[in-house]
Amino acid sequence: MRLELGKIKITDVQPGEVTKVENGTLFVNKQELIDLAMKDDRIKGVKVEFARPGESVRIAPVKDVIEPRVKVSGTGAMFPGMINKVKTVGSGRTHALVGANVITCGKIVGFQEGIIDMSGPTAKYTPFSETFNVCIVIEPVDNLETHDYEQAARLAGLKIGALVGEAGRNVEPDEVVVYETKPIAEQTAQYPNLPKVGYIHMLQSQGLLHDTFYYGVDAKQMVPTFMYPTEIMDGAITSGNCVAPCDKVTTFHHLNNPVIEDLYKRHGKDLNFIGVILTNENVFLADKERSSDMVGKFVEFLGLDGVIITEEGYGNPDTDLMMNCKKSTEAGAKVVLITDEFPGRDGKSQSLADAVPEADTLVSCGNGNVIVEFPPMDKVIGTLDYVETMIGGYEGSLRKDGSIEAEIQIIIASTIANGYNTLSAKMY
Amino acid sequence: MSKLRVVHYINNFFAGVGGEEKADIPPQARDGVVGPGLALSKALGEEAEIVGTIICGDSYFGENTKSAKEEMLKLIEMYNPDIFVAGPAFNAGRYGFACGEMATFIEEELQIPVVSAMYKENPGVDMFKRDMHIIETEISAADMRNAVPKMAKLVLKLAKGEEVGSPAEEGYHERGIRVNYFHEKRGSERGVGLLVKKMNGEECVTEYPMPVFDRVDPLPAVADITKVKVAIVTSGGIVPQGNPDRIESSSATKYGIYDISGMNDLSADDFMTVHGGYDRAFVTENPNLVVPLDVMREMEQEGVIGELANYFVTTTGTGTSVGNAKGFGEHFARKLVEDGVGAVILTST
Amino acid sequence: MVKEVERAGIPVVHLATVVPISLTIGANRIVPGIGIPYPLGDPTLGEVKSKKIRRSIVEQALTALQTEVDGQTVFEM
Repeated sequence: MRLELGKIKITDVQPGEVTKVENGTLFVNKQELIDLAMKDDRIKGVKVEFARPGESVRIAPVKDVIEPRVKVSGTGAMFPGMINKVKTVGSGRTHALVGANVITCGKIVGFQEGIIDMSGPTAKYTPFSETFNVCIVIEPVDNLETHDYEQAARLAGLKIGALVGEAGRNVEPDEVVVYETKPIAEQTAQYPNLPKVGYIHMLQSQGLLHDTFYYGVDAKQMVPTFMYPTEIMDGAITSGNCVAPCDKVTTFHHLNNPVIEDLYKRHGKDLNFIGVILTNENVFLADKERSSDMVGKFVEFLGLDGVIITEEGYGNPDTDLMMNCKKSTEAGAKVVLITDEFPGRDGKSQSLADAVPEADTLVSCGNGNVIVEFPPMDKVIGTLDYVETMIGGYEGSLRKDGSIEAEIQIIIASTIANGYNTLSAKMY
Repeated sequence: MSKLRVVHYINNFFAGVGGEEKADIPPQARDGVVGPGLALSKALGEEAEIVGTIICGDSYFGENTKSAKEEMLKLIEMYNPDIFVAGPAFNAGRYGFACGEMATFIEEELQIPVVSAMYKENPGVDMFKRDMHIIETEISAADMRNAVPKMAKLVLKLAKGEEVGSPAEEGYHERGIRVNYFHEKRGSERGVGLLVKKMNGEECVTEYPMPVFDRVDPLPAVADITKVKVAIVTSGGIVPQGNPDRIESSSATKYGIYDISGMNDLSADDFMTVHGGYDRAFVTENPNLVVPLDVMREMEQEGVIGELANYFVTTTGTGTSVGNAKGFGEHFARKLVEDGVGAVILTST
Repeated sequence: MVKEVERAGIPVVHLATVVPISLTIGANRIVPGIGIPYPLGDPTLGEVKSKKIRRSIVEQALTALQTEVDGQTVFEM
């Protein structure tokens, strides 16, 4: 599969009569977005607000972040199986509005949603303090059941992401990157002397606000499967979860998966990137055993010399991570894990809930328990009502002046365990 | 600017009082420097001075730890110190223990920075490295002139509130504490780099060595559970409606003890869960899925268990550090023992 | 917490769904739960069956407490 990704750089977002991109500015017709979201009768009201880098703005509780993209050519359309027909994607040409994002927020669904500060000392923990954000504040109808609310908000985000993405269809991209992975026999033959590498991508699949979807299939119901890396760039995988805000793999992060990007950077140079093994993180021990057995089977079947494994979440998925690590090693591959750590606020406890001796090479994405100060912001998009019950928050977290003291867990994607950020932890 | 006041702690040998035959001397104080305090004083330079030296025999300390600490606290307080330095103890085990105990005790009581120095095999290192800085030394006192300047440099940094560097930079034993920092490269790039090295058989260093969890020997089996009081403990986050004690959804800093006397089951009207790591829908409808009061009450009535404790203990398991969990356990276990609980069923999601 | 209870001298059994974690952290007597969102029962089978399952797991827990072990032991249902 071969995909041309056309990157259109966005350097501002402004309201406009027509949703379009002109000279790097994304103009948004707010009403158009509102009308689209309101088509779902589970939604009572929608507000659209902008948040730009450097502004004194706090967005909370954040549900998902979606980068606006559009398929210009090639089969299928963005987010297949979710808002568009099921069709294999990942080839042809796709345009992305890089530097702009659609962010869904509004009254809390659970308590795993998080915070984004567009400026101040905590902005550096999230990539979204540096993007021009179109925030969709969603108000559900009264007494809407939580699973329904989650779904309504999720679909609204994807639909709006695709709608805004349309603005990039006929715009000349600033940069075009070509990604290509051939069918396995050809791919292996293309670089016969380079080690074969696979990416084992673990998808969160634990229930309400803990789900992920592959072509519309709930990952809870999947058995491990194989995916061309470019499929993810067209939205084959979408996020329906917010495990803990710090760990959340937003739909943006799926579209921009950093392991896939960084493997492609060295593809053909010192490694042969064969493809992606998708697996899940279910709540039953038998499922964990089954999925990791099958991951090991794929590693052996594909003849992989090395794998990188990323996890979404912490706690019981650490067991899935360790099982995948062990079985991949037993299948003959060298394994590198990428994960974040939870050694307590003082950094003195064990960082993971589970461990195996085979996990001897690990990249750390930082300690999520560290407490930080959030100064008050001039504007809040969404609401701060739930801060103290959000993960990372606690009694007394939110002060009357709007400042917050909480663990960095509460910041969207701050310690995301796919290696997107530069935050790490060392031993003192 | 007046000089920072330093109190130095040494043992019988380094005080020149005597060797093993004098290891039983009780605590005493001397103004100014004694023995290696001279080298320490030079290393501290103009910024600080040793105003007093406390001496104690290693055996005396080991056999009278509690009283020796209290006694020495009084002696140390009289000097009104800004800094406390213990040792260096090199490989002397009892001395290392004394240095570690005194330093951590003084830090807590007087809220002043402390430092010691030991050889890596000194048991004092493993015991105290988490709670204080211990400079790494060679095995014998011949290393005095390397150890002392490092101790001085580090403790002055602590006293002035300056940032302390890594173990490699400052020369202290790795403490096992995880500290955040921003790398120049993102994690995925580092991961790919490590993988290529690993596949090529090159050396690669993990960013986090696998944790080790301690073990406890299993207790003998309960002889006859029909005669025993059983208590329920849970990490599933079950709390009374409204979460009156504000137990956190993740990274719990507290636990709760809630009354269940007279209840035949946990009603969804009265109880809820705050645990942030699982889909709560089922447990919200029926909390007995995590705290099995319904079946245990029946078992109590049938005589299958001797008695059910009239409360359950709860906290949130997800994201909660082992350190915190251990603390909760130590604390409530005492109450369970006092209340005559003979067995515990601990449930986790 | 399991280890601290045992250290205090009270025999304890861990009813845990993710048995590998229980083994890694060091519990000695372990009984597997059904699933993370419902460790002691299975509401998808209806209340009656779910409560029966709960009872049998707790009975297994009592068995574990009354069984001598010389190391970590998982008492499968």
